[in-house]
Amino acid sequence: MSVELKVNGRAVTVDVEPRTTLLDCVRDELGLKGTHAGCEHGVCGACTVLLDGQPTRSCLMFAVQADGYEITTIEGVAPQAGELDVIQDAFCEAHGLQCGFCTSGMILAARSLLEREASPTVEDIREAISGNICRCTGYGQIIEAIQLAAERMRGQNAPASPSLSRTEAVR
Amino acid sequence: MKFGVGQPVRRVEDKRFITGRGRYVADHAVPGQAHAAIVSSPHAHARILGLDVSAAAAAPGVLAVLTGADVLADGLGGIPPLFMPQNAQGPFGYRTLRPILIPDIVRAVGERVAMVIAETPAQARDAADLIEVDYEPLDAVVTLEAAVAEGAPAVWPDCPGNVSFSLTHGDPAATDAAFAKAAVTVALRLENNRIIANAMEPRAALGLYDAADETYTLYATSQNPHGFKEMIARDVLGIPATRLRVIAPDVGGGFGAKADCYPEDALVLWAARRVGRPVKWVGTRSEGLMGDNHGRDQLVHAELAADAEGRVLAVRARALHAIGAYHFSAGVAPLLYSLRYIPGVYAIDTVDLETRAVFTHTSPLGVYRGAGRPEAIYVIERLMDELATRLGISPVDVRRRNFVPPARMPYKTQTGAVYDTGEFEALFDKALALADWDGFDARRSESEARGRLRGRSVAYYIEHAGIYNDRMEIRFDPTGSATILAGTHSHGQGHATAFAQLVSEQLGIPFEAIGYIQGDTDKVMIGRGTYAARSSLIGGSALKLAGDKIIEKGRRIAAWKLGVEPDEITFDAGMFVARSTNRSMHMTEVAIASFQARGVPEEFALGLSAAATYSGDVPNYPNGCHVCEVEIDPETGAVELAAYAVVDDVGVVINPMIVEGQVHGGLAQGIGQALLEHIVYDPDSGQLVTGTFNDYCMPRADNLGPLAMAHHNVPCLTNPIGVKGCGESGAIGAPPAIMNAILDALRPLGVAHLDMPATPSRVWAAIAAARRAAA
Repeated sequence: MSVELKVNGRAVTVDVEPRTTLLDCVRDELGLKGTHAGCEHGVCGACTVLLDGQPTRSCLMFAVQADGYEITTIEGVAPQAGELDVIQDAFCEAHGLQCGFCTSGMILAARSLLEREASPTVEDIREAISGNICRCTGYGQIIEAIQLAAERMRGQNAPASPSLSRTEAVR
Repeated sequence: MKFGVGQPVRRVEDKRFITGRGRYVADHAVPGQAHAAIVSSPHAHARILGLDVSAAAAAPGVLAVLTGADVLADGLGGIPPLFMPQNAQGPFGYRTLRPILIPDIVRAVGERVAMVIAETPAQARDAADLIEVDYEPLDAVVTLEAAVAEGAPAVWPDCPGNVSFSLTHGDPAATDAAFAKAAVTVALRLENNRIIANAMEPRAALGLYDAADETYTLYATSQNPHGFKEMIARDVLGIPATRLRVIAPDVGGGFGAKADCYPEDALVLWAARRVGRPVKWVGTRSEGLMGDNHGRDQLVHAELAADAEGRVLAVRARALHAIGAYHFSAGVAPLLYSLRYIPGVYAIDTVDLETRAVFTHTSPLGVYRGAGRPEAIYVIERLMDELATRLGISPVDVRRRNFVPPARMPYKTQTGAVYDTGEFEALFDKALALADWDGFDARRSESEARGRLRGRSVAYYIEHAGIYNDRMEIRFDPTGSATILAGTHSHGQGHATAFAQLVSEQLGIPFEAIGYIQGDTDKVMIGRGTYAARSSLIGGSALKLAGDKIIEKGRRIAAWKLGVEPDEITFDAGMFVARSTNRSMHMTEVAIASFQARGVPEEFALGLSAAATYSGDVPNYPNGCHVCEVEIDPETGAVELAAYAVVDDVGVVINPMIVEGQVHGGLAQGIGQALLEHIVYDPDSGQLVTGTFNDYCMPRADNLGPLAMAHHNVPCLTNPIGVKGCGESGAIGAPPAIMNAILDALRPLGVAHLDMPATPSRVWAAIAAARRAAA
């Protein structure tokens, strides 16, 4: 069936089976592969997207249910192609990621937190990301990254120099 | 040096991950790809009497249904273990061969029985549900004690008793004598719980077959693409390895479970040939919990003998270690290490150690972060606390009396390890200070005022980092930039950054311009991948040796260009300088000159590149101390990590930010094992009870508390760059630290023993039982 979705500020129409999850729709119909399937049963948070700013498990929701919401995926976080937003930059600066698989969901969970709380405590941050499982980092540097992003978003600190760009071939 | 060794350089690989542009196997889509679903065994042990695939074959979108009979008909081989003890002058074990689809008898829940290939993933899954398998259930054993009990059902009829082999270390007679004269002995029965790596990226595989060239390409969630290639080509498909290319693109964590190939990796290639289309399989989390290799699952009876002052005289241990239904992957390795590192950091002159490899009707046990070292250190560190308790002395003193002192380095243990360096007592003191060990009483009083129990512990780990040789290459191009071709494989460890730091510093070339290639068997000549904390040692050292060769050749090229003899040329910080003149050339200029289209002397050959190999036959020995404080709510049994301090000796640090992440991540997995994680099979039916993330409890941000970290680094003496591993340390030190702290809190109530995981219900039950006993 045909569904109209608003994803990362763009209106799109997709033709999906009613049983298609929002996760599969975003990945396979829209080609936005930054949203990941980590458990398909709503526990790990790797598939987190924002619906009207709220972190949501895209694996637990049908695409047809997302009609009418503003959907933000990791691809919609940066202000411009090739740029990073403050949270993304802070994750790199503080080494808030290792394998990168949970990272999209973590950054979106952090964005939601920082939109409603400019000065979160460590406990606030733990709480906000406790629905997202990371197997690599032990969360310490993720928490530092979010603290750093919060600090910078409060304007107490200038962003670091633009991130490195260089050729790299791993695939 | 901004990007040099020791600097917290931002990772060059991060940008694609933080923008959602990583490319994991599941993200790859090739034209015409079909999708596979697996039918798994619902029984722990059953004979397949019949298999009706007709409804599935006729279902919408289905391209093929493949079964074990098809595997046999096509003459495909099974997957052997990576090695057996007999391959290394060890005892003879019962070698198994794991079929990629089971034709006759399933030996674990989750065994692969059939594969459906369809146009869409949903159609494949729908059709898989239509396959009817007629099973005759057979008796199964899933726990260690049941598997070795008299009359237990045999996993393999030719291996009655279910023991594949046993390994031993030490001198039983001397140990008996030491126990006989000991002032004190202690004994423990310890369960090392079965857990699982659970990388956040589930396994996946995409197979392509080119019928014109008869070549295969596999995109694999692999820590070790060359290992996959070798095994699939040689053992399963029976083709020359030249016809198989394996690509491990971005891989979302491994922790050992992705070190070797699984049935699906071969199945998608075979299916691609059968259906004439690329075939993709993406595992679910439940398939992973059921069908990925598990880790640990060991039962030990351990005893320790000491003199009246707490000096250890001897250790005796008898272990059962599960291997699951098959010897698979490097599943033998945990058994080897689980004995070899029982002496830990202590000078123990006499040991008598034995472990038996036990088949069970479960998923195979493989290597998982630490692979045997966590089991070994858990034994000795639990025994040390038991000894301290028995003697009424502090856990600090009992350890202090037994450390191997620096003066005895290099120190050879009774189990054959040779520690090159280690300042155990100095590091220990640093950890005690970091944790404010002496201020504990005040914190305990404060906890007690809130109705909480508080306990503490100090545990010391040592680990064996590095195994096998590997090859690294540095290859310049005509514009003068260099690319690293790595035999190792980063799946989160930041090699593209750390290795570039090493090369940038050694060769004096710009960090930003260094390229990095890994994970493609057509691009990298040979590699063994990444596991066993091997890559800093072996990859880093091989890169250093390759860099030495580059400098040596560069010296000759510079001499040619500058018109002097090569021995006139010195090299420092990227500059080749002709001593007798004021002339010099930068490494980049030398590299460009090496590619000149005319005039390059024939002896130089064209271009500038070098490969080198380094062997991990001599490992290194990271070590460190964990100090843990827990707070326990006696009404609920809930354990909270109130304070945690870690001091590590990881030798020379290449990138401290990456090291911190590795230690912290390992620690979280160790905390998970101690408090939360457990793969549970129903002992009667052999059903997997913990088949989702709702049942298998992963550590979350709110399970972890404050952590203080510091270093006491002693450069390793046995490798050219002084590094020690750091990836497995946290997972080794944390379990005994946490369990000993919990027991310290509970002993006053009469709780003498507890096994992992120390869940609230277990802790509560232990408290309740102790109270009943006291009443």
